[in-house]
Amino acid sequence: MAFSAADAEQWIPRLRRYAIALTGNREAADDLIQDTLERAWRKRALWQPGSDLRAWLFTVMHNVHVNAVRAVRPIESLDEQALDAERALPSSASAESAIVLSELRVALTRLSEEHRQVILLVGLEQMSYGETAAVLEIPIGTVMSRLARGREQLRHLLAREPQPAGLRRVK
Amino acid sequence: MNEERLHAYIDGQANDEERREVEALLAGDPNLAARVQAYRLQNESLHALFDPVLQEPHRLHVPVDQHARWQRWGGMAAALVVGIGCGYLARDWLAEATSMPPIAHVAVYAHAAYVPEVRHPVEVAASEQQHLVAWLSKRLSTPLRAPALDAAGYQLLGGRLLPPTDSSDPAPIAMLMYENAQGRRLSLLVKRDSTNRETAFRFAEEDSTRVFYWIDGPLGYALAGDVSKEELQTVAHLVYRQLNP
Repeated sequence: MAFSAADAEQWIPRLRRYAIALTGNREAADDLIQDTLERAWRKRALWQPGSDLRAWLFTVMHNVHVNAVRAVRPIESLDEQALDAERALPSSASAESAIVLSELRVALTRLSEEHRQVILLVGLEQMSYGETAAVLEIPIGTVMSRLARGREQLRHLLAREPQPAGLRRVK
Repeated sequence: MNEERLHAYIDGQANDEERREVEALLAGDPNLAARVQAYRLQNESLHALFDPVLQEPHRLHVPVDQHARWQRWGGMAAALVVGIGCGYLARDWLAEATSMPPIAHVAVYAHAAYVPEVRHPVEVAASEQQHLVAWLSKRLSTPLRAPALDAAGYQLLGGRLLPPTDSSDPAPIAMLMYENAQGRRLSLLVKRDSTNRETAFRFAEEDSTRVFYWIDGPLGYALAGDVSKEELQTVAHLVYRQLNP
């Protein structure tokens, strides 16, 4: 038995969370998911009954994204994407946490997409390293090295704080 | 220390024995413990930042009806035609815009992006002004001030940080937003400028958005708004005087 449309649709919020975090752009994320759902439905006979549907949908999305990025790259600039990300996302109540999250949002745009993918699949989607490797169709060792390098880059981007003399961050 | 085991520990993918082993190591190595803490915070912050998406309504669905797909292809073909058209326009527009320095260019599109925002025009509100100014000063690595523009009828709404304009110039940009009693908004962008010159006020406009930009020693400024050139110039002079008392 293949999956039903409703089976796939229950994963839409998860696909969206990842796609928005990856692209930093709501419109691009929704287009990506719509294309993914279309392709997944057309190819539903390829899904192995009993296997993890979420992981399969993420794999389909990854492949659709790879194609889309190849087609679109020359037009879109990262700055505009980053601006979209800032505009699109809710900011939280306290100034302190708004600042931390804002820094993270900007820092994410500075990572390469390869690093961003692994960090998001593991850290946000909480996939196992094996699942992540399957979704991205790379060896598990590559997942580990991208994860380590990406997290370390992110840590440096977030910790970069040359303090001007006489100025201290107000707590 | 095996780096893989460290990440497995952070991601809850280590078994009991590995976990104990990592914990023993962390207990004796504060630097390693701080690094692990930073990585954990990354995961937590990602959830804080993106989990709200899970609750949002959306209109996506599986296109079970194949007709819908063909309609969509039709739509996409039309969109492609429009897209190519826009691409050409954007190319002209970009070519024209390159005569503007990046900060003026960013001012125009950041202003257009954030001014219509009713709920989140800024990330840190003016009520947290001290916090806001300290934060932006730290990120720009230079002491910054938010000029008071009350004399022109504008009050500080708050601010946010914008990403650097390009990889050749990694300095981030501070954006302050002001609003007058009629709800009209102005955006003031500030960025470190390595040329360290003094320039006169320069003016540019893009559709209805006008922008004055200038360099004043270590900082470059751009003030953007959908107001008359005269009004914007008055405010730009006020900004300059406020910052050079």
